Amino acid sequence: MASMALKRSPRSILIDLAVTSFLALAIFGVMVGLRTETVPGGLELQPQWMSALLLVAAAVGGRAILLLTVWNRPEGAPSLIPAAVREGAGSAISRVGKVFGPALLVFALLLPFLPFTDRYILDLSILVLTYVMLGWGLNIVVGLAGLLDLGYVAFYAVGAYSYALLALHFGWSFWLCLPVAGILAAFWGIILGFPVLRLRGDYLAIVTLAFGEIIRVVLLNWYWFTGGPDGLSGIPRPSFFGIEFSRGEGGFADAFGLEYSSLHRIIFLYFLILALALLTNYVTMRLRRLPIGRAWEALREDEIACRSLGLNTTSVKLTAFATGAMFGGFAGAFFATRQGFISPESFTFIESALILAIVVLGGMGSQIGVVIASVALIGGFEVFREAEDYRMLIFGLAMVLIMIWRPRGLIATRAPSIFLREKKAVSGSLVAQGEGH
Amino acid sequence: MSAHPLLAVSEVETFYGRIQALRGVSLDVHQGEIVTLIGANGAGKSTLMMTICGSPQARSGRVLYDGQDITTFPTHQIMHMGIAQSPEGRRIFGRMTVMENLMIGASVADQKFFDEDLERAFALFPRLKDRRDQRGGTLSGGEQQMLAIARALMARPRLLLLDEPSLGLAPLVVKQIFGAIGELNRADGLTVFLVEQNAYHALKLAHRGYVMVNGQITMSGTGTELLARDEIRAAYLEGGAH
Repeated sequence: MASMALKRSPRSILIDLAVTSFLALAIFGVMVGLRTETVPGGLELQPQWMSALLLVAAAVGGRAILLLTVWNRPEGAPSLIPAAVREGAGSAISRVGKVFGPALLVFALLLPFLPFTDRYILDLSILVLTYVMLGWGLNIVVGLAGLLDLGYVAFYAVGAYSYALLALHFGWSFWLCLPVAGILAAFWGIILGFPVLRLRGDYLAIVTLAFGEIIRVVLLNWYWFTGGPDGLSGIPRPSFFGIEFSRGEGGFADAFGLEYSSLHRIIFLYFLILALALLTNYVTMRLRRLPIGRAWEALREDEIACRSLGLNTTSVKLTAFATGAMFGGFAGAFFATRQGFISPESFTFIESALILAIVVLGGMGSQIGVVIASVALIGGFEVFREAEDYRMLIFGLAMVLIMIWRPRGLIATRAPSIFLREKKAVSGSLVAQGEGH
Repeated sequence: MSAHPLLAVSEVETFYGRIQALRGVSLDVHQGEIVTLIGANGAGKSTLMMTICGSPQARSGRVLYDGQDITTFPTHQIMHMGIAQSPEGRRIFGRMTVMENLMIGASVADQKFFDEDLERAFALFPRLKDRRDQRGGTLSGGEQQMLAIARALMARPRLLLLDEPSLGLAPLVVKQIFGAIGELNRADGLTVFLVEQNAYHALKLAHRGYVMVNGQITMSGTGTELLARDEIRAAYLEGGAH
């Protein structure tokens, strides 16, 4: 390395470090160095210069290391990340995807009966599947139609409260409430859709963000209807098509001649969310091959071209919002019946951000990408539960790294909705082995 | 020629906010004609094209299509009436395949004609057939222009609007594209309204032409007439001197 010309002179490095230390001091000096303590009669400033200086030193030291190593590499030096990792990883994932998807599905179907599966794993899987479903729902709006929606959690909330209120006040069953919750959420999707039709990109994102917050604030303050911050409790659990998961006579275990286990209900919930998620996936896959799904994707690519081809962009956007919202509503109803208790706490902006992160991280528009991202994010949160204080830090870092290496998400390739099945020439050796007939 | 023109633009004025882009433009396109509108950058050619499509709408004046006033119709409705457009800058759907682009183009047409129209588009631009499973964004500029025209044709239009199809293309490709437009007109009797900066090729191809300067039509005549005029030669054909 020494023989190669370095990009930075020692002088420029020193100036850079001086600026760094000044900035770090300005930030940490005030934020960490001066701490307010509550004392009788008011607040008191307590200087903590040592911690502030340590942070400044860490910032300067870190930057110095980067300046001397990574950022000081001569022109043309090989990248630190091997090319194989940079390019191979994504295409490998998408190639494996063809086998990976069905394998994952079989695994998901068998999971509750595997020997190592316990209550904890089932609960975690239900959580992951809920986010898979939400991710798939949001994928319609963000991934296919290209409309950035930062308030998706609003539809999740509408679904959850719809089920909770209908079940509590009218005693409607889960199966009746599920479509109603979906319809109500879709209705709110259209309500949101109308004012934002003319907006694009950043402006659309801001309005949807506000919409998400409005729904939450309304739920918080409409006390007599939603219970406000107290939430709604005692939401009925789902029954197995009318048979309760209760102990004793007439319960699920009794009806099917099984020994009672509290796990039955959890396994049922697991299959319920699995079915709902697969329904979301199936409908999305079907819609992509229909004119409406193609119109969504065309809208994502170029709105002006869409209009010039006679597509009514108003209805294209509204159907995307409504369809995405409907699946959010289904997921919300499931969430309510699973928890048995809901409050506005569960529908904060961080949820919207998490769902959006799953979609973006997975690769916008990629169905299998959403699954991988959900498992990685939600599963990851659990794995790093020990390191409570640092897990957001770890995740932030992981996401930054993924976005650097795979800026279009883990699965960046888009599968065409239609393609010609060309007969491939089959070599003689394969025919001899019994293939290609 | 038929009694009334297929497209009649009369005294159209279009504004962008307070800026007037079109100052009383009138022109006619008759059934079976190729009509071209030439003019310099910023003259208002594309604005006229977009005004015909209803986005933006004319503030005054009228646009008649087949005798019907379409001035205030929404764009998607106009596109359902037998007008198709290949927009400026091609605007193909980059991440979608050639086939998908064509399918979206066909969304206003009756689906039972799809196979027939697809055959016709592929016969006109055989290159697209080879590339039908390729993503639009990976095509060359000329192929993208072919795709944009083919996509517009999938709507089975009576009137085809083309906005600068020669933009940024190599001379050989321009020739090929213009050849295809002429072929469409001769073989299928398709009416074409062509907005172009490439005055030479456009006037050679077109039956009639209009010249636009600063939002106004300053000259009109048959293609050969206009090509022979000294003002045209000076302004648009010989290096663009004023």
